[in-house]
Amino acid sequence: MSQLRAEITRLLTVFQSAGAVRVEADILQPADVLLDLYGEDIRARAYVTSDPLRGEQMLRPDFTVPVVQSHMAESAEPARYTYAGPVFRYQDNDNGRAAQSEQVGYEVFDRGQADAIEADIFVLFHQILIPLGVTASTGDVGLLVAAIEGLTTSDARKAALRRHIWRPSRFQALLARFSQPVRAKALGADGQQIGLRDASDVELRLLQLVDEVAAPPIPQFEIEALNDLLEVKGHLPEALAQLQALAWRLPAIAFAVDHMAARLAALTSAGLDVSQIGFEAAYGLTAMEYYDGFVFGFYAQHAGWPAVASGGRYDALTRVLGQGRDVPAVGGIIRPELTLRLSEGDLS
Amino acid sequence: MIKLGVPSKGRLMQETFDWFCARNVHLSKSGSDREYVGRVDGVADVELVLLSAGEIPRELAAGRLHMGVTGTDLVHEKLTNWSDAVEPVAEMGFGFADLIIAVPACWRDVTCLHDLDAVAARFRAQHGFRLRVATKYHRLVRQFMKAEGVADYQLVDSQGATEGAVKNETAEAIADITSTGATIEANHLRILQDGLVLKSQATLWHSKVAEGDCRALIAKIGAGS
Repeated sequence: MSQLRAEITRLLTVFQSAGAVRVEADILQPADVLLDLYGEDIRARAYVTSDPLRGEQMLRPDFTVPVVQSHMAESAEPARYTYAGPVFRYQDNDNGRAAQSEQVGYEVFDRGQADAIEADIFVLFHQILIPLGVTASTGDVGLLVAAIEGLTTSDARKAALRRHIWRPSRFQALLARFSQPVRAKALGADGQQIGLRDASDVELRLLQLVDEVAAPPIPQFEIEALNDLLEVKGHLPEALAQLQALAWRLPAIAFAVDHMAARLAALTSAGLDVSQIGFEAAYGLTAMEYYDGFVFGFYAQHAGWPAVASGGRYDALTRVLGQGRDVPAVGGIIRPELTLRLSEGDLS
Repeated sequence: MIKLGVPSKGRLMQETFDWFCARNVHLSKSGSDREYVGRVDGVADVELVLLSAGEIPRELAAGRLHMGVTGTDLVHEKLTNWSDAVEPVAEMGFGFADLIIAVPACWRDVTCLHDLDAVAARFRAQHGFRLRVATKYHRLVRQFMKAEGVADYQLVDSQGATEGAVKNETAEAIADITSTGATIEANHLRILQDGLVLKSQATLWHSKVAEGDCRALIAKIGAGS
């Protein structure tokens, strides 16, 4: 236990040396904020408890939300924070994961040049973790967001696709639906008006469904290019080359590809061996819902372990929590129990 | 002594008694009709335990019952990794119930989960909270919605009269069990075409946890493998 304390202190010190201010967060968090943000799925991941006065509370499933909230309330920028403490993950299936584990995190709120900030943070995590023999994987949700924006289709369809980026099977179902002519819908049998949803909203959507039938399908070459984008995978330099080639077919991603190229250049000039860093365009899409740009994780060669560290950009989350305000945000967490075991050579 | 758990009340109890009786195992309540003590004739060393159908999954998983009769829905809802704890011995052919998702019939534009998901997105944008689905089957419905990729909804707990939740404006949709669909219809609701979460029926389960030899009982009812 004292070794774990020492490891946590060591990691906090690294982040504090990088300019981060230590912050705290309550273990008990109001459930409504987390539920509104993550949806029903969080109940399968977080311990929910309640008392008669405060109602539903959750045992902190992560630090990101309370740290963003306290930043948005105080708002001095740019800001760098570090924190440490236990997080709690409810186990709906017996997958051998610990219900309580330690996290040490680092979050940066900075309106400066995005690629440089992302590179800074990744370099810091890389310096801490690579000596432990882990491998790095990265991705960039911004590429997919840009590709959707560039599709030849209606704003409503783009919004529907964007909404399901993190649910790949639903995303593919929507893409398949939008890639062919839509047949007129057989409507349901009518009934007495009940519930909060207005009759006018039903009427409005019925009109929109008529428009849908008239909407031209998304061109096949765009669908193919989008699926090719999701397949991009390799070490950073080759993945970048694949993406640059793909940008001829998907001009909308050119800006996001340039962003990635700039980030890669920054990593190279910081002395990282980028040929050893993995990249997957679809990386993190199932596990990390609130990330909407650069994402990363560090993995040990050991089956059953979660990522030793993970993080990314989550601008949209600050918009949701900021009630009208937002701030570019990048951060990540390290699991000190795992880094400790790696440094002791314990892979059990 | 093998402990056999059977629902303590109503039609489910009677149909269970009839099912066993057809296989020459006679279950009955002993003492007064109000007393929850039972007896077993036709097979040796089996004790009848009468308890709520909802508690039978937990008792099987804890190994306090060796065998028990309850619905597939309750086992799947109440036991995580249910197949580690119990195994079905026989589907009993009664107590049929489907766990389904239903929406107000006046939502003519909503006939499938794709529509429900689309309406959930606009409902949240308009009302500032997630579309509410009333149910008591939280785990089953959550897993189903996740697998089907429905977002922007929330579950609200409803332990009874769930079909009335939309009319009472405590939910926008429901997930509940139905056998004929009559109650759904009477409450101005309509079942989604692809809204079948689980087909359930009364099932005889064997605890994988309890220690004891159930072979005599299983052989007697002719369900053994």
